Order: sequence, then C-alpha cells, then structure tokens
Amino acid sequence: MKCRRCKAPAVIDVRRHNAGFCRDCFLHHCREQVRKTIEDFEMLAPGDRVLVAVSGGKDSLALWDILRDLDYDVDGLYLGLGIDGYSDESGVYARAYADKVGAQLVEIDLPTDVGFDIPTGSRIARRVPCSACGLSKRHLFNQAAVDGGYDVVATGHNLDDEAAVLFGNVLRWSTEYLGRQLPVLPEGNGFARKVKPLVRLGERETAAYCVLAGIDYQVEECPMAAGNRHLGYKSALNAIEEQSPGSKHAFYFGFLEKASPLFTPEAAAEQEQLQQCARCGTPTTGEVCAFCRLVERATR
Amino acid sequence: MVLRNPRREIDMHGPMRVHALLERLEINRESVLVIRGDTLVTGDVQLSDDDQVEIRPVVSGGCA
Repeated sequence: MKCRRCKAPAVIDVRRHNAGFCRDCFLHHCREQVRKTIEDFEMLAPGDRVLVAVSGGKDSLALWDILRDLDYDVDGLYLGLGIDGYSDESGVYARAYADKVGAQLVEIDLPTDVGFDIPTGSRIARRVPCSACGLSKRHLFNQAAVDGGYDVVATGHNLDDEAAVLFGNVLRWSTEYLGRQLPVLPEGNGFARKVKPLVRLGERETAAYCVLAGIDYQVEECPMAAGNRHLGYKSALNAIEEQSPGSKHAFYFGFLEKASPLFTPEAAAEQEQLQQCARCGTPTTGEVCAFCRLVERATR
Repeated sequence: MVLRNPRREIDMHGPMRVHALLERLEINRESVLVIRGDTLVTGDVQLSDDDQVEIRPVVSGGCA
C-alpha cells in the first residue's frame, strides 16, 4: 500500500478514508484533522490558555502533542486516581512526556488532596467505579482550570468515545445527555469552556500517532473498566465499522448536524436551574453538588 | 508474536498477510495496531516466520 499524499510505502491504513499514509504524512493528517475540528467548532481563540487533561494514555498525550505543534498555549493536568497497579504507571508516562518536551504538568492526587481513591471511594459510596471516576475528573478538571486561570479544558475524547457514548444515549433515549453531547461546551456559570479536539480521529489513529511520533503511553487498560458497558458499545460499533468503514463518523457527525439541535432546549433549561453548591460553590442543580456528596460518602 | 491486554506470546507460521493473521485470530482490525519490529505495518503486508510482531489493542474503556 502507498501513502495517499506522497506515494511512499504506507505504514498505516485508515479504512474510513480509504487511504494509507507514511509516517510523516500520517502525523500531518492527524494535525490537520485536529486543526479542522478546532476551526469548524470554534473551540479555541488566539491567546486562550488551555489545560489538557492528561491520563498517560494515547489520546491525551497525542492531544497534548498536537496542540503544542499547532502552537497553542497549553499545559497538562494529571489526576492521580489511586488505582493500584495502574495509576502509578500512568503518572510516569504523563511526567515523562512533560519532561521530554519541557511542558508544564499540573498534578492533583485524589487520595492525598481529596481523601479517597477510586476503588475504595466508589465501593463505599456504592457507585460504579467508572461513574465515580468520571464525576471526579469532571469536577476537578474544571476546578483546576478555574483556579489556575485557564480559559479551556481540552480532553482526549476521540471519535470512538463519542460514538460509543452516543450509542448508549440513543439506546436509552437519554435526551438530557443527548442535549449536552457536544464537542464544545461554552464557558459560563462557573464552568471553563470544554473542548474535544480529537473527535475526527479514531482511537486507532491516536494510538498510531503516538507510536509514530515516538510518544510512550500506557497501553494497559484500566482494571476498573474491564467489562463495562462502554466497551460493549465500542465492540458493537467496531463490528459495524469493519463491515462498513465510515459508519462511526457518519453516526456521530450526522447526529451533530441533524439531531443534536432537537435536544439542546432540554439541556439549556437545565442550565437555567443551576445554583451554587452550598459547599464548594460549583454550579449544580441541587443544594450540594454530586462531587461533594461523593466526597462525603467516600471519606466517612 | 506478542499480544497485549493481557500480555501473551504465541507462535504463528508464515508467510501470511496481516489481514489474514487478524482474521485467523478473530481480531477486529479496527481494534488493534500491528507492529513489526519497531514500526507499524498495513494490512496487506506479508509477514514471515522470522518477524517479531506485536498486536496492540487500541480500545480504551474509560467513560468520563
């Protein structure tokens, strides 16, 4: 197979583009996909200070690297989750990248700074680990951005992530979530802007980006995620994609173009009901936000 | 040949194309990268007996 751009031997094939790429042209392809996403969805403005949520995995490290290549003012934020045999290693990869390129990495350690780890906290609070983890990440990423004077939080959600979440939301017709499933959530009401610049890249592409760019990342999967519903959705979508390349892209971008506006009024109405959490000041629909309730249960 | 998550090693006899290898192992080609030596290879590449090959999963399970 030849590279679509330069006709040199290809090292990676991307079936939904019906194309192969050599190393340099593939790295160029990834940067251009991110640049187009940022422009199309008006994610970032000149001078914005960007905080990238970095897990040590392929997506967040690829995102950090690409945003740096595109000359954005971007620091990393690593959240230690206290998951035995996983979190220590993930931090090593995040720090190694930051050291290698001379980038600033902000660190928060959930057990030390908040008082619980994900396995113990989720068990005590009787929440699914991935749910407690996601809630903690959303809260602490936003708080770190607001406290640190950042305009934007960028996360490494890729096309596969977004298609799988959409698949789950459609299966259950979770209309309030469908109304918020956007690649950009604007700032305001105590929230930093949130952007997902990788939504045009599949996770096979972000992994390939890291391999070809020489970025070491944590290949091992989080042990808490094994067998979760999200992985089941991804497996189903990959089975469809193998038979019909481009299906995931058509599903997600078709939703954004044709269906998403139908659900935004419900999400907007919920935004109008937001008030400040009585404990931490974060916007919430209740008196106390979900994260403070989780902390209370997980640390008692 | 090394497979990851969980890590295990198997021997396969070539010559065999990457696509055929994944088909034989019943692995969805959208879910992995195939690395020969230290570089990626496309599905049409012929693998030989002597090649050291890693099949690396790319699917992450977090749902934040």
